[in-house]
Amino acid sequence: MNLTKTLMASTALTVAAGMAHSDGHMASEMTIVSWGGAYSASQQNAYHTPYSEMTGVKIINDESSAEAVSKLRAMNEAGNVTWDVVDVVASDALRLCDEGLAMEIDPDTQLADAPDGTKASEDFGDLLVGDCFIPQIVYSTTVGYRTDLVGDTPPTDICAIFDTDAYPGKRSLEKRPIGNMEWALLCDGVEKDAIYDALATEEGQQKALDKLATIKDDVVWWSAGADTPQLLADGEVVMGSTYNGRLFSLIVEQNQPVAMLWDAQMFDLDGWIIPTGLSPERQARALDYVMFATDTQRLADQSKYIAYGPARKSSAPLVGKHAELGIEMAEHMPTDPENAKNTFLYNYEFWADYRDDIDAKFQAWLVK
Amino acid sequence: MSDAPTAQTASSSAAEARIADAAYTGPMLAADGTPLKKSLNRALRLQKMRALALIAPLLIFVLVTFIAPIADMLFRSVENEIVSETLPRTTTLLANWDAKGTEIPDEAVFEALYDDMFYAIEAKEHTKLGGRLNYELTGMASLFRKSGRKVEDMGEVYQDQFEGLDAFWKTGENWNSFMGSDEWLASMAGWTKADGRQPKFKLREGMADVLPATTATYLKYAAFTQNEDQKNLYTTDPWAIVYSSLHKDLTGENALADYAGPAAEQLKAGAAAATSFETVNFSEAFLDIDKKWHDLDVWTTIKAYSPKLTSGYFLNAIDMQKSVDGAEMRPENQQIYGILFYRTMKMSVIITLSCIMLGYPVAWILANLPARQANLLLILVLLPFWTSLLVRTSAWKVLLQDQGVINDTLVWLGIVATDDRLALINNQTGTIIAMTHILLPFMILPLYSVMQTIQPTYLRAAKSLGATNWTAFWRVYFPQSVPGIGAGSILVFILAIGYYITPAIVGGTEGTFISNRIAYHISSSLNWGLGAALGAILLAAVMLLYYAYDKIVGIDNVKLG
Amino acid sequence: MADTKSTDAFVEFERVQKSYDGENLVVKDLNLSMPKGEFLTMLGPSGSGKTTCLMMLAGFETATHGDIRLSGTSINNIPPHKRGIGMVFQNYALFPHMTVAENLSFPLEVRKIGKSEREEKIMRTLGMVQMEDFAGRRPAQLSGGQQQRIALARALVFEPELVLMDEPLGALDKQLRETLQFEITRLAHDLGITVVYVTHDQTEALTMSDRVAVFDDGRIQQLAPPDQLYESPENSFVAQFIGENNTLDGVVKEIKGGVAMVQLDSGELIQAKPINVTKAGERTRVSIRPERVEFDKSRMQDGAFTLKAEVLEFIYMGDIFRTRLRVAGRDDFIVKTRNAPDQIRLTPGTQIEIGWLPEDCRALDA
Repeated sequence: MNLTKTLMASTALTVAAGMAHSDGHMASEMTIVSWGGAYSASQQNAYHTPYSEMTGVKIINDESSAEAVSKLRAMNEAGNVTWDVVDVVASDALRLCDEGLAMEIDPDTQLADAPDGTKASEDFGDLLVGDCFIPQIVYSTTVGYRTDLVGDTPPTDICAIFDTDAYPGKRSLEKRPIGNMEWALLCDGVEKDAIYDALATEEGQQKALDKLATIKDDVVWWSAGADTPQLLADGEVVMGSTYNGRLFSLIVEQNQPVAMLWDAQMFDLDGWIIPTGLSPERQARALDYVMFATDTQRLADQSKYIAYGPARKSSAPLVGKHAELGIEMAEHMPTDPENAKNTFLYNYEFWADYRDDIDAKFQAWLVK
Repeated sequence: MSDAPTAQTASSSAAEARIADAAYTGPMLAADGTPLKKSLNRALRLQKMRALALIAPLLIFVLVTFIAPIADMLFRSVENEIVSETLPRTTTLLANWDAKGTEIPDEAVFEALYDDMFYAIEAKEHTKLGGRLNYELTGMASLFRKSGRKVEDMGEVYQDQFEGLDAFWKTGENWNSFMGSDEWLASMAGWTKADGRQPKFKLREGMADVLPATTATYLKYAAFTQNEDQKNLYTTDPWAIVYSSLHKDLTGENALADYAGPAAEQLKAGAAAATSFETVNFSEAFLDIDKKWHDLDVWTTIKAYSPKLTSGYFLNAIDMQKSVDGAEMRPENQQIYGILFYRTMKMSVIITLSCIMLGYPVAWILANLPARQANLLLILVLLPFWTSLLVRTSAWKVLLQDQGVINDTLVWLGIVATDDRLALINNQTGTIIAMTHILLPFMILPLYSVMQTIQPTYLRAAKSLGATNWTAFWRVYFPQSVPGIGAGSILVFILAIGYYITPAIVGGTEGTFISNRIAYHISSSLNWGLGAALGAILLAAVMLLYYAYDKIVGIDNVKLG
Repeated sequence: MADTKSTDAFVEFERVQKSYDGENLVVKDLNLSMPKGEFLTMLGPSGSGKTTCLMMLAGFETATHGDIRLSGTSINNIPPHKRGIGMVFQNYALFPHMTVAENLSFPLEVRKIGKSEREEKIMRTLGMVQMEDFAGRRPAQLSGGQQQRIALARALVFEPELVLMDEPLGALDKQLRETLQFEITRLAHDLGITVVYVTHDQTEALTMSDRVAVFDDGRIQQLAPPDQLYESPENSFVAQFIGENNTLDGVVKEIKGGVAMVQLDSGELIQAKPINVTKAGERTRVSIRPERVEFDKSRMQDGAFTLKAEVLEFIYMGDIFRTRLRVAGRDDFIVKTRNAPDQIRLTPGTQIEIGWLPEDCRALDA
């Protein structure tokens, strides 16, 4: 490790020497990392373009969010962090925070208050997961089904996934334990409140896997968010889980014969982190951007372009119509009361602990 | 072949030179009397240096981009300094703790843990350590994260009591007035941030004898505040742990009796009061934070991973784990890597064989066509290289899926029933089909370039000697094309065992490779040590196969053209 | 042409034509007949059709038209491996992955000959080419000459009656070539095999063959024993192709008593032996071998026609002298004289007169 340290130190020195030249308060250019596709487009429209117009800062887009954690770690080891603001899911933010790769944020001083003066910490509430995460949207992993392949009784609850008699055909599920294990236990009769206690035990984990085993032959496992929409569109699967925004565009924008099953949708959060190891100018710029991009109006603006719910309570009433289709977006939000009757919130604390263990078991189960 | 006579001439002239040598008794001398060898070496040295200078950029490039990462990977697969670096005192004390017993470590260990954790929290290292240990024992991540918030409070028991005793203890200036040297205090007095670098903290002479524990803690605190936090040490209030160290000094061995420097009065008053202070039982305090701290598994895990180097990643990579009694197999429901290694090897062999079967005739046709048509066909062979791997793989998805082109065609032709479509994707078949297609050019190209050098006269000669077409091919042509098969197979096999994008897309659960798990550990679980160990095993397997190939076939028999 | 069509003909080509593209004939109406035991060389410039003929005989090419017979049976439809013809290739075509012994064993193995007999034959054949000590070597470990010996041995080991050789010595240096030329003819003679040998090297053709077939433009221009070919070329192509020749163009004045009077384009009159000319007025090209030109008046016949010449260049070549002259307006006229003690060395610039015997000067087609 000493070699690595020497290497890092010398690199840091070089970087520092390079930075000594830059004067002024904030950097005039920044690299923002996100997921690409429609999601990045929505951020471009709602955040980047207005921010650039307002400040003249040039924003460079990088679509590396899927590998953000490993890349940030590698950058940090090399002592050369080139990203200024990174869009990650909350669990990754937690991990980055644990690793010391993301800077801690004080919401009340570093994030904007709501228009009515409510402090950011209160406006975001529980969604402030960990010390580094700045929430942006609430999305959910939920199930869509082919309306033409489910007969006269379309599914209404999540356990339809496990009911191959009523709904024969393949179903697509994400190739990871998170979400699937909870649904399996729920449909195996475990009380919703008791699910994580059960999952913390060897028996509970086995129970969940046993439940999944009943449909193992009928499952197509996906690892990219685009897979399930494609499989649904091709008629390869009768139902499948994916992000609600993907299903929204499949149903509303592409007019496919697909419908949403909101039951037991798995809420998750996506938001920003600012990497550690930035120069003061770049850090100041990144903080300035984040304060702008997560204010009440900006978060509400993003929902014009994509069907994900703004993370601030104060943004909800401002959610309007789709920028192009002109339809009301509120009813397509996972957070809409009609849709959110029965929900899970991704248990970050639990999965941070059990992810390695359960994933090993889950993958071993998959392989056999 | 044409160079054979030349080679012979060269060797015979070398032989002559030797014979000429033998006629002389001493070494050959150059015209100026220096030994010929030396003179020759000198003449060649310049040439060698120049040649070296020419390849230096490449050499450095290879070293930096190829050798160094592999060395780094091998190192990471055994490196485990984080535990002993983050918890130095704790791991030292744990060395004497009996991991096989039923007793949790004693108070001294917990006190050391408090010390270690305190510094780790200041440096934000504790969550990193939690993440590392969570790979070995579930729950460590949250245990360390949770403890991080609360360990800081533990020392406050002493801080509060000292501060309650005398307001003197509240401010950093007062602490510095007796901990810092006069010289340093003077230089700090007028210092502001604008003046540049903060004068480095200097300890008051003799203080190390008067308050040993406090001094040690204070030095750490001072260094951290000045270097890491970049705060003005002069005005910053010390950490809680400084107070617990002071309490330790004042109640234990110290040389306070003879001390007459600054704050002697306050220190002596403190010493008098400290004996009756409420004390902290660190073992209990940690138990309060989380009952897991009194869990034997936590401590056996920390102890097992105390050494700077560990075999843990490698054990994990072969479905084993460390336990109190040494290495043991993991429970069956966690065994995965053995299966994946075997599957990766097996499928790579199948893919290599398919590539030979499909590539051989194509290469043969290429080599025997007129140059014009051969070039056109070669472009068709290379065409897949010009499209993105993802596009090609996704195209296979469209072709192979249940409602895909192939199944639709078969159904339309009435070969398969509509509810009995062939499962061509999301299984091993899919991976084999797609990867054979992707890797085929790597088989065809070396085969083609080797076949091109096989003159058609060999076949004619064989036939003129009475061989049938088949005998001529099998006994004359085929053996000469074996080097091409060898080169192609090595290329295809080695590329195949490292593939992960294609298996991930079309392989489903049965068709995934070990590389998919490596990718998962590198980019998702961040368990780079395990990823590196898996990679190292894969590398070793490739080298072993290469060695076996060299022994059986001979690596000289590999030709890329 | 020498189409003998005798009953003892071993190899026969009858009206054989070959075209690769359906438009041009590479071999035009070939007729050839060889008796058993003959060493026949096909000589010609590249593209003259000689190799194609050989390949048709070997079975690697099929005749577009006509019949090829071996011992009286047509072999047009017999695949190469059933023809039992030995073949030596230009680049030896020794199998690089086999040792010398394995190379020789190959034709025996495919003929299912037993192991002991194989070994005996291999050693005997290697003995014939003095390569017994190299049985265990690989071709790449042999020199070019050694490889060619092995190639020869391999073509002979299964005791074929007919052996084809396609420019087998083309890649060797001069000295080695001469040694091997001798050995090949010796072997062919000793074994009594029939050989068809293809080369573009006329010396090789002349020294080795019983008969030489000179190919040009897809036809046999002349088929004759070497001496005849040299001494009595039947047309100007053969005359020019075989050996060195001086040519002079002119018109036939008259033909009388087996001697043609030819008026050269420069005006001079000379005597020549009519070969392709039949009557006065025809254009002709006369050809004289350089060594038959005489410039020593004392050695010339009385009344011989002479031509004025100017010495341009004298080249000393060891055993012979080459003198370049300007004759009848051409400055590429060569005279060769033997290096003998009494031989005159002409100095450039000297004016001389040259002459020759009428029978040495052949009036050929223009």
